[in-house]
Amino acid sequence: MTVKVYVPCDTTAVSIGADRVAAQISAAAGSAGLDVMIVRNGSRGMFWLEPLVEVETSTGRIAYGPVKPSDVASLFASDFLRGGPHALRLGATDEIPYLKNQERLTFQRVGVIDPLSMEEYAAQGGWSGLQQAIVSAPAQIVAVVKESGLRGRGGAAFPTGIKWQTVLDTPADQKYIVCNADEGDSGTFADRMLMEGDPYCLIEGMIIAGLAVGATVGYIYLRSEYPRCWTTLNEAIRRCEAAGWLGKNVAGSNHAFHLEVRLGAGSYICGEETALLESLEGKRGEVRAKPPLPAHVGLFGKPTIVNNVITLATVPLLLARGGKFYADFGQGRSRGTLTLQLSGNIQRPGLIEKAFGLTLHELLYEYGGGSASGRPLRAVQAGGPLGAYIPTRDFDLPLDYEAFAQRGAMIGHGGIVAFDDTVDMRRMARFALEFCAEESCGKCTPCRIGSVRGVEVIDRIAQGEDRDKNLVLLESLCDTMQHGSLCAMGGMTPFPVQSALQHFPEDFER
Amino acid sequence: MMGRTQVSWTTACSSVSWTTLWSNFADGTIHDNADRGAIHDTRILFAGSKGFIGMELQAIREIVARHRHRPGAMLPILHEIQQVGGHLPATAIAIIAEALNVSRAEVYGVITFYADFRTEPPGRSIIQVCRGEACQAKGGCELEEHAKRSLGIDFHQTTTDDAVTLEPVFCLGNCACSPSVRVGDEVHGRVDATRFDELVAEAKASSGVGP
Ligand SMILES: Cc1cc2nc3c(=O)[nH]c(=O)nc-3n(C[C@H](O)[C@H](O)[C@H](O)COP(=O)(O)O)c2cc1C
Ligand code: SF4
Ligand code: FES
Repeated sequence: MTVKVYVPCDTTAVSIGADRVAAQISAAAGSAGLDVMIVRNGSRGMFWLEPLVEVETSTGRIAYGPVKPSDVASLFASDFLRGGPHALRLGATDEIPYLKNQERLTFQRVGVIDPLSMEEYAAQGGWSGLQQAIVSAPAQIVAVVKESGLRGRGGAAFPTGIKWQTVLDTPADQKYIVCNADEGDSGTFADRMLMEGDPYCLIEGMIIAGLAVGATVGYIYLRSEYPRCWTTLNEAIRRCEAAGWLGKNVAGSNHAFHLEVRLGAGSYICGEETALLESLEGKRGEVRAKPPLPAHVGLFGKPTIVNNVITLATVPLLLARGGKFYADFGQGRSRGTLTLQLSGNIQRPGLIEKAFGLTLHELLYEYGGGSASGRPLRAVQAGGPLGAYIPTRDFDLPLDYEAFAQRGAMIGHGGIVAFDDTVDMRRMARFALEFCAEESCGKCTPCRIGSVRGVEVIDRIAQGEDRDKNLVLLESLCDTMQHGSLCAMGGMTPFPVQSALQHFPEDFER
Repeated sequence: MMGRTQVSWTTACSSVSWTTLWSNFADGTIHDNADRGAIHDTRILFAGSKGFIGMELQAIREIVARHRHRPGAMLPILHEIQQVGGHLPATAIAIIAEALNVSRAEVYGVITFYADFRTEPPGRSIIQVCRGEACQAKGGCELEEHAKRSLGIDFHQTTTDDAVTLEPVFCLGNCACSPSVRVGDEVHGRVDATRFDELVAEAKASSGVGP
């Protein structure tokens, strides 16, 4: 009987040797004449255990990891194909506490299935949301999304149902669905994992969005830093077209939906939705003034839904299970689950999908296991390069949009980057401004010039030049950027800077 | 010119075989048919563009023709020309401007906006070192220093033997196994100085340059 062995094809798993492990297993099985089928799945998101090898046994999937190519011979010697004991044996994958304690809704299939297998996607609940949408009126679909309480996972947390309603209510001869797959925030990789691990789920979400608002064309704007996503998505689209899920007549519904992936070109600001639309139109990625909203005047001047990958990939579940099912997770105005990405100086980095409400402390210590270096944690940056630095005394913060906002922080796309006590917060503040100077679209002065001046001021502080005067200048510069910028790039770059100044003043005195 | 490592994406929608094209370029001739005047203009504008001699005009025209009627054709065109030829030669700018009915300044404006696009040929391998915060939290700054020191170049520069172009990148989505480095289209995690040197040696070996 053929034994299925899973070795992830996820970028991060491959970045630390998954391909070599897969090749080694294949060679060893071949020379021993064993009947083994290697399935390249997405990652389960437990990256300290990657490359994580799973074997399908009569009692379910058994995990081994982290596996090096040189471990493969001993795995075979330990009869791992039948789940045999080995130093790297982790037991049943689903019972690993890190995974078991999660609430995987959007990520239900990631790491479980072969990402491009149509059979496995359908067998694991795929397309049932779309089937439901096909028999629903557009207003009904939008109502389900509203009921779920889903808010945009790209950063701004805008209620998705309201955005969809606006596009539905705007009459036009052509509307568009645009997926924001620019995932520019450092410390984030949920979009990438989803696209590499369950691409049909994103495609299904986009088709449903099309049916909901009457859009027949969709674009996925993908950052060029993600070559594996590019290949996977294009292949997934090709297969969906062949199977009739995409094209002139989606699944016999008499509705058309055409989908294309477009590649970004290394610009952070193109993650901002209006800059993204400019870029899709073939122009410089300069931010547009709002209003008009993209929902009214979007791509090529037409009403357009712009949603993040995770937002769109959550939609099939809402249609399949009902809005209430999703809304029952979470707390307050933060409904459903948050796909957290834990990285930086942390022992157990990974993807953690949990209902809103988990505290930072639980995330960093119970899941993350504390710092990787063994030194005390000193700060985390939440929400990407424009997010505030949070000191340890605020680790009681629950992961909830409003709770974070109250303390001047933001959850954004859910990336949490941990730093131990060797971090130099002056250097991190300088980096935030340097990054802004590098990535500013150049449209407004506070951002374009302010960021450059900010770097200079911090350098003067570092030299001990008129320290007090320059600290005041830095504060005032931050204030100008925050209030005088057209978009959140210039408007939020002050957050990491001000939080560093506020919580770690000692680092600016050296 | 064979074995450039930066081009290895197998794009489902691209019908141009990169190897065939490069072997066509190998004779270094320009098969020019039309608008010579326009091309000479831009050649003056980009007098320093050494690689454009090697880029066959016909290949550029073919790419432009294939994409020009797509909505928002500019970026797909720029990406594919660069994928095939390694950079965007001045000749390409003129051809694109004409096909898309925009000024050459506009095309140039788009090219200079995006970090990915280059008007000069890069080295045989492009190595990107991540500067993102998650990489910094695990020694990314030290890795960046090592990369510059060991290659003897700064970011955006190419080693004198044309083997390696060093670029910064802001996050490769590989933050859980930082620090991260991308060589061609392969991402590498938990890269320290030793691993970096290995990656450079591998890149040189695979592009036909000894260590
Ligand atoms: C500077 C800047 C960068 C952004 N980058 C991204 C990004 O990479 N991915 C993303 O989904 N949203 C990003 N956004 C948010 C988008 O503008 C927009 O709010 C989002 O795509 C809407 O989708 P959602 O409602 O599903 O989150 C960014 C915003 C700003 C101001
Ligand atoms: S704040 Fe910066 S990025 Fe945003 S529009 Fe102004 S210049 Fe462009
Ligand atoms: S911050 Fe370096 S890979 Fe994300």
